[in-house]
Amino acid sequence: METTQNMKRPILDVEGLDVKFYLRDGTLNAVRDISFALFPGESLGVVGESGCGKSVTFLSVMRLIPVPPGKIQAATLRFDGTDILKLSEKEMQRIRGNRISMVFQDPMTSLNPVLTIGKQMREVIKLHMKLKDTALEDRCIELLSKVGISEPQMRLRSYPHQLSGGLRQRVMIAIALSCNPTILLADEPTTALDVTIQDQILRLIKSLARDLGAATVLITHNFGAVAGTTDRIMVMYAGKIVETATTPELFKNPLHPYTKGLLKSIPRVDKETQEKLFSIAGAPPDLMRELVKGCAFIARCPIRDDSCYHHLPPFSEKKQGHYVSCWKVF
Amino acid sequence: MESNLQEKIIDPVSMRVEGIITPPKRHHWLLDLFIQLVKTKPLGAFGGLLVLGMVLLAILAPVISPFDPDTMHGEKIVAPPSRTFYLGTDALARDLFSRIAYGARVSMTVGLGAVGLSTILSTIIGILSGYFGGRFDTIMQRFVDAIMSFPWLVIMLTIMAILGPGQVNVILALALAGFAGASRVVRSAVLAIKEMDYVMAARAVGCRNTTILIRHILPNVAAPIIVLATLGLGNAILAEASLSFLGFGVPPPASSWGRMLSGDGLNYMLKGPWLAIFPGLAISAGVFGFNMLGDALRDLLDPKLTGGMRLRR
Repeated sequence: METTQNMKRPILDVEGLDVKFYLRDGTLNAVRDISFALFPGESLGVVGESGCGKSVTFLSVMRLIPVPPGKIQAATLRFDGTDILKLSEKEMQRIRGNRISMVFQDPMTSLNPVLTIGKQMREVIKLHMKLKDTALEDRCIELLSKVGISEPQMRLRSYPHQLSGGLRQRVMIAIALSCNPTILLADEPTTALDVTIQDQILRLIKSLARDLGAATVLITHNFGAVAGTTDRIMVMYAGKIVETATTPELFKNPLHPYTKGLLKSIPRVDKETQEKLFSIAGAPPDLMRELVKGCAFIARCPIRDDSCYHHLPPFSEKKQGHYVSCWKVF
Repeated sequence: MESNLQEKIIDPVSMRVEGIITPPKRHHWLLDLFIQLVKTKPLGAFGGLLVLGMVLLAILAPVISPFDPDTMHGEKIVAPPSRTFYLGTDALARDLFSRIAYGARVSMTVGLGAVGLSTILSTIIGILSGYFGGRFDTIMQRFVDAIMSFPWLVIMLTIMAILGPGQVNVILALALAGFAGASRVVRSAVLAIKEMDYVMAARAVGCRNTTILIRHILPNVAAPIIVLATLGLGNAILAEASLSFLGFGVPPPASSWGRMLSGDGLNYMLKGPWLAIFPGLAISAGVFGFNMLGDALRDLLDPKLTGGMRLRR
């Protein structure tokens, strides 16, 4: 598996991505010089606390960051061989929703309340696929039944407020998949949903993406969400990637103290305990201010020492396919 | 779970073809709207009736008025309502009913024209200004500030003084004096809407700015626009009255409700109260009708409100 993936050309190749927001109160460096690759058909989980740059990273990939105040810089930002930063807005519009699509966090607000489900679906399909009349209608119905919505033609005439949160997220997924994208970005797709629905939605995304052969990126702050559904996990902290490994490897053998802390702070039902749930003390650093020269995690790190203050730890491969950015891991 | 769903949905495409699921009966959406209006919004329907009455009065003025509105009937000066003169006569012995019927033409044209023009202007400026922001917004809004900082009547009088009297000019003056405030309201609504997730989602599926503006922003700011327009209609009819009162309105002998009320109505209020009462009633009925209708329409066209109808395409 690993070797065949490495042979393939990445569908998304990111090197030295840096995203800044020039705001009134100063410059916010949301993503700081990160590099990663996404391979065709792969499922990547991106985990981290709020405000660590997960969403901004992938919004930048779709060029959905408002520029200005935002500014996206990268040594390489290639989607399927084309430099995304060099494309015109018009060319970008042909990629969005067509080749890279996105499912948003809150299905209650990401559908337009005054348009029917059908109108919103047809809009996307018409935009990218040039289907008409019956073919268009059939495509909508096909998509809705694919995401497990019963009575699809009735639903096409429904307004978003007439559907439950889970159903709306299914509609969002149907819209995202309507043009057979190469990459499906899911930005916290289950955060706003009931726990019982979360699992259904995650499995739905996984199975539909696999059928299409689309690469998926699952952005979440919940390790539970990525455990069963992704091939590889990327842990982000303060705008940087601190650890990357295959999913089983990362759960079995987390190296970075931040990853360890996150994994320890998941409540477990299989171990009975009276103890309070673990939490990492402190909060992520303010990305508005100049960060220390060394490791960004330093203020909260249980294993720091003097060396951590002076130099940024390199992102190095400790095991095959397991990269980590920490001075204290050998 | 998944398999269960799969069993229920056999083949949705063919189900439609075979008519297993019959879609609900579909009328034309205007007919649907009308049925819903009568059913759920009786006050709105009444308002609609008043508006319809006004429009018919304006269109059918030559048919239903018993006399020519400008003919003077000798010594029948300020005559009370009678069998010949249904609503009495004015200070120049002209039939009041005929003048009100013809006045409906002026008031309706001025009201609808001014509101239509100012709504279009304020919507375009408000939406562009709110959505694009930046320098365009700053320039547009300073312009709007300038208009808003003048008393409304002063602007209208200035415009009328430049353009000269006449019905079209009254419409222009009312629209130019009225669009600024409305555009500010539209702009603020757009500022809220453009931050919504579905606007971002629309961009994420590859929509162009024009598509987003027309399909996603405009329908979501329709409610305040409708309210502004209906309120503006009442204001326009009253403003036309003010202009006429000051001698800048539609020139005589053409009758307008405002002029009737502020001219003879005021001068002969005690001797012939009908001169004030009937034009006043006409204005109130028109304003009330438009407001009620607009209110009901706003509710009905908003799919989020309970009891709102579902406009199908």
